[in-house]
Amino acid sequence: MRYSGFRVIKEALTGHKGWKPTWRDAEPQPEYDIIIIGGGGHGLATAYYLAKQFGQKRIAVVEKGWIGGGNVGRNTTIIRSNYMLDGNEPFYEFSLKLWEGLEQDFNYNAMVSQRGILNLIHSDPQRDAFVRRGNAMILNGADAEYLSREQLQEELPFLNYDNARFPIKGGLAQRRGGTVRHDAVAWGYARGADQHGVDIIQNCEVKGIRQKNGKAIGVETSRGFIGAKKIGCAVAGNSSRIMGMVNRKLPIESHVLQAFVSEGLKPVLPGVITFGAGHFYVSQSDKGGLVFGGDIDGYNSYAQRGNLPVVEDVCEGGMAIMPMIGRARVLRMWGGVMDMSMDGSPIIDKTDIEGLYFNGGWCYGGFKATPASGWCFAHLLAKDEPHETATAYRFDRFHKGLMIDEKGMGAQPNLH
Amino acid sequence: MIINHPLLGPRDSQEFTYLGDMSLINRPDWEADDAVDQFHEYLYLRDNPAGEHKELWFHEQGDRSWLVVTRNTLTHDITKVEIAKDIARQMGRSK
Repeated sequence: MRYSGFRVIKEALTGHKGWKPTWRDAEPQPEYDIIIIGGGGHGLATAYYLAKQFGQKRIAVVEKGWIGGGNVGRNTTIIRSNYMLDGNEPFYEFSLKLWEGLEQDFNYNAMVSQRGILNLIHSDPQRDAFVRRGNAMILNGADAEYLSREQLQEELPFLNYDNARFPIKGGLAQRRGGTVRHDAVAWGYARGADQHGVDIIQNCEVKGIRQKNGKAIGVETSRGFIGAKKIGCAVAGNSSRIMGMVNRKLPIESHVLQAFVSEGLKPVLPGVITFGAGHFYVSQSDKGGLVFGGDIDGYNSYAQRGNLPVVEDVCEGGMAIMPMIGRARVLRMWGGVMDMSMDGSPIIDKTDIEGLYFNGGWCYGGFKATPASGWCFAHLLAKDEPHETATAYRFDRFHKGLMIDEKGMGAQPNLH
Repeated sequence: MIINHPLLGPRDSQEFTYLGDMSLINRPDWEADDAVDQFHEYLYLRDNPAGEHKELWFHEQGDRSWLVVTRNTLTHDITKVEIAKDIARQMGRSK
């Protein structure tokens, strides 16, 4: 069923009796050509592009809980492509271009809103660094715009420009950045994949990966063994648990990142704003809540909840740039588990086990990457070679010294 | 989280800096033939368990000692806190 304005009117006039479930509740078949482990944004996008773009058949997504119940429903919904390094920027710009056409492509309203993202500048060296990054973005076909303090004061009069410690001296804007309704991304990809014949199998936990002669031949699940010619692992946050089933150590630690929503307010924020001196970023959802977050807690965790010191740190960041936020009350806060990689960049690569492919290490930037991650992982699974924008996301880059370290922090995952 | 320091008693985890897996104590021999492989594993690869995890915390705003904290990554329960120096010595370091 295609969704359209006409369909909404027709259903309204006929008592809404024609709506069908958005995807089938599939029973696992004994064997598939390709199994994707993980029914989150990346896994569903991979399945969708495998079926639609790369013409693959007999695909299944297996998910431990329900689809969209993990990080794709726990992030702060921001999309952007404001990276600097060569290994990253073409990939994230590819992703942003896919976001721009996504709703027409999968015929689902994901509320993609290009309301812009602004990184604030608080010192002269930071201005140099941000202008350099803006130039790198422009060289890779993205948009970037330097805004002076005066321009910002006109656009965003509510910011604290004269904070004694961190005055606002300007900003780097990407107007094409913005926010997306994150749950709708999971649902849209699930629906699109389902329409192309992908089996989405929920409540199906992977317990092991069966191997024969050094080749992965299927997954042991809570609903029995399912055979597969190829297996793709897209479970960021829990990557080490899946790869631990085949005794592989990853260049990844799992950390908890907290996010917050205030009570609903009338429109006050036009776009996404990030603090350049501490770690704080904020946008306003269409429901009116201020959605904001900051640093990870900084210790290994699979608990999906964080501690209060980071709550305080995030709120201090908010008060520093936007004192009016102190008038809003925090309504909810929650934690998600991140794959923090050793250089802050992801991995989309084959493993050393034939038939087993890996997608993970997204740190806390996985949501914006969802379309390109799915596309590039599908490319790798279908053609056995990396997509041109994802050639740097290899396992062996750590061994070879080819890290993609945007922040220059080294092998210390809690600092990326 | 409260870390029960063996010398100073219960302290707020905010006083500490987190480094990571306890295996970082075991720095490989740089003169070994396979030093590149050993350092790759030492520096970049992690067990990253969901459950009990032995990890290094530095008491930066306290007595500047390194601690090995046994903590459950699923619940944040801390079950054991030891001085890292003692553990390193037990493993044969700095004899």
